[in-house]
Amino acid sequence: MSDDGQPTTAAAGSDIEAAIRENHPALITYITAGDPSLEETKAYVEALDRGGADLIELGLPFSEPVAEGATIQAAINRALEAGTTQEGFFELVDELETEAPLLVMTYYNMILQYGEATADVGPFVERAADAGLSGIIVPDLPAEEADPLRTACDDHGLDLVFIVAPTTEGERLDRIMSQVSGFAYVQARLGTTGARGDVSSATHESLARLAEYDVPKAVGFGVSEGDHAAEIVEAGADGVIVGSALIDIIASSDDPVADLEAKAAELKRGAVRGGESLTNDVEDAPEPEQP
Amino acid sequence: MSTSDHDHDSIRERDSEATFGDYGGQYVPEALMPALQELEDAYERYVLNNEDGFMDEFRERMRDFGGRPTPLQRADRLSERYDREIYLKREDLVHGGAHKLNNALGQVLLAKYMGKERIIAETGAGQHGTATAMAAAHLDMPCEIYMGRTDVNRQRPNVYRMRMNGAEVNPVDAGSGTLKEAINETMRDWATTVERTHYVIGSVVGPHPFPKLVRDFQAVIGQEARQQIQQQAGRLPDSVVACAGGGSNTMGTFHEFVPDDDVSLYAVEAGGSSLQIDEDEGVAPNSATLSTGTDGVLHGAMTKLLQSEDGQIVESHSVSAGLDYAGVGPELSHLVETGRVTPVNVGDEAALNGFHRLSNLEGIIPALESSHALGYLEEQHEELGDLVVVNVSGRGDKDLETVLEETETRDLEAAPDVEVFDS
Repeated sequence: MSDDGQPTTAAAGSDIEAAIRENHPALITYITAGDPSLEETKAYVEALDRGGADLIELGLPFSEPVAEGATIQAAINRALEAGTTQEGFFELVDELETEAPLLVMTYYNMILQYGEATADVGPFVERAADAGLSGIIVPDLPAEEADPLRTACDDHGLDLVFIVAPTTEGERLDRIMSQVSGFAYVQARLGTTGARGDVSSATHESLARLAEYDVPKAVGFGVSEGDHAAEIVEAGADGVIVGSALIDIIASSDDPVADLEAKAAELKRGAVRGGESLTNDVEDAPEPEQP
Repeated sequence: MSTSDHDHDSIRERDSEATFGDYGGQYVPEALMPALQELEDAYERYVLNNEDGFMDEFRERMRDFGGRPTPLQRADRLSERYDREIYLKREDLVHGGAHKLNNALGQVLLAKYMGKERIIAETGAGQHGTATAMAAAHLDMPCEIYMGRTDVNRQRPNVYRMRMNGAEVNPVDAGSGTLKEAINETMRDWATTVERTHYVIGSVVGPHPFPKLVRDFQAVIGQEARQQIQQQAGRLPDSVVACAGGGSNTMGTFHEFVPDDDVSLYAVEAGGSSLQIDEDEGVAPNSATLSTGTDGVLHGAMTKLLQSEDGQIVESHSVSAGLDYAGVGPELSHLVETGRVTPVNVGDEAALNGFHRLSNLEGIIPALESSHALGYLEEQHEELGDLVVVNVSGRGDKDLETVLEETETRDLEAAPDVEVFDS
């Protein structure tokens, strides 16, 4: 945090960082594109946008999602069974006109295979930029392997978001935090994605460890309720990331559009409540948001 | 590799040790990176530098528990049939019935030296799982094995063998319920428990340093064979032939011969029933990754893959469960790309005939995996020179049920009658 209570920008002009700064504390939502169809995904994204999501991650489904828990694995299977393709995904993004900037979350092989040449990241990033995406998150691409993609993202003005795990420490943490653009995706606990009933102690430890870094931090992996969002923001996060809890709604609700909008509103209220409690109760709290 | 135009430094110089030419690397979730660095450190200290006598203990246990060294045997009747000298490296005689123990025992011992408290592993047909369970029992380590539901159902004896050795077997319901899904689930477990758990990966696949670590534990195959052939035949062979799925017996056999430019190396893949990928169904009726695959990233490494044009990994197929994998070790991809290793393949039927032929002519029942190497020998022996080493990576007792079924439905030239008695 800078003195005025706002995260400072690592990459000036980033839509993503601006969305977090202007809507602090921010709600970031994830759903899988094509679950159960691309048409429905469009309606769901618009519902989340209305409900209060400040950033929206769209999953581009890959057949081997090693970082995902059972809920998102099932969503990815449904999306692949529905015949979701890379081009279909980009056409969906072409059509979307949301207030919240959009990010794509996918696995590295998908990025390598898009376009004619194999093992080249350029065509994917170019298409992502053309479609209006603001950033990319790749759960199986650690910073050590990220130079080619980061270069392409820089060339096309996209943010490349890195994940910081509970096991990320020392020199590696310093260097990852120096390269982050958009925000640092703070993994709340070891393991895979999936809704949990509590906020892990690892979340508090990670946020304490990251407090000194002047980069927006958003916490994901296990966040499912407004109260979690409040607690995480109180612990020092600039945003919360929610995925599996939204996929559960898509998989089981009779009216997913209404329920997604309501869930986003609940989570956003929780995050805001956490931010207010921080301002009111904590001595060294940052100043409230400036107009 | 292009460099970034960012004004900050790259995270580190990309570790040239982590790659084989364009292949290899560490494409894993961030949470696993510290564990891979810890493993790199342990690999260097214990395996490469024999710290605390690690390699001495490994070799001693492979002798006393594992039954090494294995013989290199002249195959008299095959030599006569093909009119050249054929030698068999008898990895089927390693404890457990396959080369798999070389790696499993090495990694479980390494985990112990590293102070890890728990072992996890994936298994396809169950060979790596049973080897890991044996090694874990031998070294008194708790062990859990992930195995696809389909494989659990069709490999019940192996599931029970693992349990007999004290391992817990966790069925994986995702996808087609085979090896690929088992690896995914083991990686998920590891991402959760990484601080005290070691993942014993079963082949020369995965992120650095696994491809090197597994290769070095398996390299004993080629080290022994290279010495033995010089003692027994007085010279290096013209060709070395080994089957290739993920590639652990392949790299283990080839590694010592790679600098011998006059020795041709043949990796025999499973041609299955066809070499064409069915894009609509997402299925490759083969696992000929080196012969037909394209570059991509799977399970932590850049390598050759069976994938759709859109980047989805397809289901592979082979009569031999141990070769049935859509990826392959990155070092093999590199050796094929540079022309040092020749990728070839034979289909299910040639493998089944190879199985029957070795059983009938030499009194050795080979694994269906190894039978692919023997099938290639039958088809292409004239190109292999006068002195040939074939790795018999495992024994075929585990495959009898499959072979009976397949033999009943095919007209195999080398098979005896399945109907033993008139009913």
